[in-house]
Formats: sequence, structure tokens, C-alpha cells
Amino acid sequence: MLVVKSVHTYYGNIHALKGVSLHVRKGEIVTLVGANGAGKSTLVNTICGMAKPSRGSIEFNDRAIEGLPPETIVRRGIALVPEGRQIFSAMSVEANLLMGGYIHRKNPGQVREDMDRFYGIFPILKQRKGQLAGTLSGGEQQMLAISRALMSRPDLLVLDEPSMGLAPLVTREIFAIIRELKEQGRTILLIEQNARAALKVADRGYVLEIGKVILEGEGPELLEHREVKRAYLGKGAKQIWEA
Amino acid sequence: MGRKNWLILLGAAIFIAAFPWLVAQFKAISHYVDVMVFAGIFSLVCLGLSLLMGYAGQISLAQAAFFGIGAYASGILTTKFGFNSLVAMAAGMTISGAIAWLVGVPSLRLKGHYLAMATMGFGVIVNIVLAEEVNWTGGPSGMADIPPFRIGTFTIDGEIAWYYAVWAVVFCALIFCFHILHSRVGRALRAIHEEERAAESMGVPTARYKVRIFVLSAVFAALAGSLYAHYVACVNPSSFNLMWSIRFMLMVMVGGMHSLWGAIVGTVLMTFVGNEWLQVFAELEILVYGAILLIVALFLPGGIVSLVPGRIFRRKAPEATLAEGAGS
Repeated sequence: MLVVKSVHTYYGNIHALKGVSLHVRKGEIVTLVGANGAGKSTLVNTICGMAKPSRGSIEFNDRAIEGLPPETIVRRGIALVPEGRQIFSAMSVEANLLMGGYIHRKNPGQVREDMDRFYGIFPILKQRKGQLAGTLSGGEQQMLAISRALMSRPDLLVLDEPSMGLAPLVTREIFAIIRELKEQGRTILLIEQNARAALKVADRGYVLEIGKVILEGEGPELLEHREVKRAYLGKGAKQIWEA
Repeated sequence: MGRKNWLILLGAAIFIAAFPWLVAQFKAISHYVDVMVFAGIFSLVCLGLSLLMGYAGQISLAQAAFFGIGAYASGILTTKFGFNSLVAMAAGMTISGAIAWLVGVPSLRLKGHYLAMATMGFGVIVNIVLAEEVNWTGGPSGMADIPPFRIGTFTIDGEIAWYYAVWAVVFCALIFCFHILHSRVGRALRAIHEEERAAESMGVPTARYKVRIFVLSAVFAALAGSLYAHYVACVNPSSFNLMWSIRFMLMVMVGGMHSLWGAIVGTVLMTFVGNEWLQVFAELEILVYGAILLIVALFLPGGIVSLVPGRIFRRKAPEATLAEGAGS
């Protein structure tokens, strides 16, 4: 569905992506883990059109999308839950959801229907629909951000650091939502610093380090990989020392 | 638009309607009606500019130039070609909008304040053209004897008639703006204003919206310019230079650029300050403007409307502002 082929992107003068390739198949959850500065966000920006790659190609549903503006890419079917949520905090919860359905202006009935569905899934959003979105708690804001992104009825959902800035308990809740989305058969590209939780929920994963994919594999397999354990999970370090 | 805005609108309309009668009671200030006609005309410019500054987050230093294009279009088309006033007005608005589109498309595609630079240059060019094209514009001394505004057989004549005509237009423009802001377009504009990147990733074509708002602000300015030309009956380039663009910006900032009411309040206040109360400073006037701008920017970034208690004029609740601060 999504095929990224040896993409190079510059972030200012920094060569942030040095030939990254990855793919996401329909119905999969693919995660991308890596430390700060590994280029995760730059990759998200490149896929979603906020940054232009200098080389390489990105195909989505068999059409080239590299270099297109973000508003076109949403229409092609990729929705983003941005890093730090970026909800419209001075607008009501309902207005936020309506913004999510922005590209379906010809179809207000469908937007209404989708909105009611998310109100059903997240009753807290329904309770607070008239409230300003900025007054929601962090976890509620993340639910809103995910619902808002799904309002565009995307083929692929890109989640950029959904656990960032959330308490551990809330993070668990968000991952439960991601698991549910997976059961609904949605295709997801999940970018996370919390490698353990991300690899547990994902079908496959990629490990990014200073602009390059250094490892790829099935989720559980990567979880057991000792390089990953050493670098990102912290546990098992002792065994590596001994080995 | 909400009930709250209708109520404020009604209150404002009653005040505006009663104003000429009120000032007529006092000989010393009976000429305030004339000042209010100018305030109304400038309000039209500032409404457009307020949308541009408050919602698109852009600054234009060419509003006086668009104002001038509207004024000269009316002046030239009615005196030299015998056009109907309304047709000349529409022509000025069209020309202005088209030029704004040409200037806006390249400069608003770039992130940052390129529009401010582009419009500053454009404003200077317009001023030079107005001063040099003597055959058309009368050069630095301008053109006189612009005929009064006529709609069919009806002529707007006299201070009071002008006062009510201009403020009726202002109220129509205000309702029009509120309608835009409370539609899907307005929601998109607010989203752009809050989180531009998130709005983009919802599919909002941000550059196109900014261009449209800029064009709208230019059309409003041209409409005001046309009224101005007919009211004062003579125009010259000095009313349309960079200083006036800065004054319009100041009016919007003093009133509060995140509120349409702020634009009106600021314009009325600054028109009185400029036309009446600051005359004693004569040449030093520009220093006083600088001081006002500094004070507002430092101590009252939300403008005068932010002083109004409660949430009468404000859209943002305090909690939302806090959350925003924490999020960025």
C-alpha cells in the first residue's frame, strides 16, 4: 500500500534521511522505532508532504505521492495524528471533529454519521462536545486527535508519537485503542519512542538510527533482538556484556 | 453568527443611529458626525485588514494603496468617462481584488512574512504611479470635483446622509464577515490560525485561503476608497501612502486584531485621535503613533477589546490559552 524507496531528505542543512526504504501492506500495523534525532519525524513529514525529499520515491496505492502538498496527500488517503496532538485547542471538540472531515464537504451526512460513531466509541468526547478542546486532559486530547484523523476516512493512519507526554496509565489506554483499530482491520504506521509497547502491538517493525534503517523484522522478533534490547529496551544489557 | 454577536450588533446600531442626535446637543462637538463618516470609511478597510491579520496571521502594508486604487478608480471613471458611481465602485473593487491576487499568490505560498515585504513595495509603486501619471490622476495635487454618489435618481448629499449611508455599509460588511467566520470556511481559518500544520494535514489548502482573505481585504479597502473619493470630492496621493497603511494597521492593533469588533472600536478611536485630539502635536504626530504602537504591543497585545470584562468580545477562554501555552 505504502512503499517508500531510498528516500533522502534534508532538514535545513542536516541530511536527516539517508536512503530510507520501507513498506506497509494493507491491514498491517508497522512501527518505526528509534531514538531522538534518528529521523522519525522527518520521515513522517516526508510521507505526509510537510517536507520534500531530495531523492527517492514514495508510492501510495500505486501512485507517486512524493513532493505533493499535505492537503493533496490527505485526499489520497493518508491521515496524520501529529506529534504533540496539535488539536485546535480554542475550538470546541465538535469543531475539531468537523475539521477532521474537512475533505468530505460534499457529504455532510457521512461526516455526521462518522462523528456519531466516534462519540459512541469515546463517550467522553460526546459529553464534552461543546467544550473547548484545550480543556481536555492529555489522554482525551489524544483520543480526539485520533478520531479527528479518522474522520477523513483514510486508508492509512500515521500516528506520530501518540504516547508522548502522557502518563504511563494513559499510554496503556492509547495502546489499547491502537490494538482495537488493528482489530478493525485498519492499516497503521506507528512512530514511537516507547519501543517495547510499539513492537508488542505491531506486525512488523523498522529500527531507524541516524537517518538509516538498521534493522527490520516482525514485531516480536525485533523485541527479542539483542541490538534492540541493548539500545532501546534497557533490559538484557547484562547478557550482552557477558556474551 | 451567535446570539451574542447579534445583541452587540443591535446595541452598536442603536448607538450609531442616535449618535448624530447626541452630538447635535453640544455645539462644540457637532462636527463629530463628519469625523464619524471618516471613521466608518476607515472601518471598512480595517475590517478586511483585521481578517487578514487576525485569521491569516499576515500583515499587509498596501491597504492604503488598495484604498487609493478604489478612490482613483471612482474618481477617474466618473469624471473622465461619465461612469455611474456604482459601476465605477464595482470596477475599483474588481481591479483591487485582481491586483491583490497577483501579489498574493506568489508571496503567500512562502511561509513567513513575505506578504508584508511584497505589499510594502507594491504600496510605494502605487503611490509613485498616482503622483506621476498626471494626465490621469492629476499628479501630486490630485483630482477635484468628483461628482457626488448617485444611485439612480437618488444622490447621497450632506453629512447626515453620508453618515447613515457609510455606517449602513459598515454594518453590512460586518455581518458579511461574521457569516464567513461562522461557516466552514471560518472554521478552517480558525484552524489555520491555531495549528497551521495540523490544519494542512486535515486537507485545508492554507495558501489558497490566505490568498482569498487577502483579496477580500483589498476589495474592502477599494470599496472604502470609492466612498472616500465621493465624500471628500477631491483626492491626492498623500492620503494613500505608506503612512496610511501603517495607520490602518495601528487601528486594528489598538482595537484588538482577534476580534472584528476590535477593528471597529480601534478605528473609531484612532480616527478621533488622528483627526481631532492629536492636532496639537502637528509634525510630532508620528512620534505619538510610534508610542501608541509600542504601548499596545507591550502592555495590551489583545487590544482594547481585551479590556472588556467577561467574555463579551473574546472567543478564547482563559483555560484554552493556558493549554496552548503548555503545548507549545
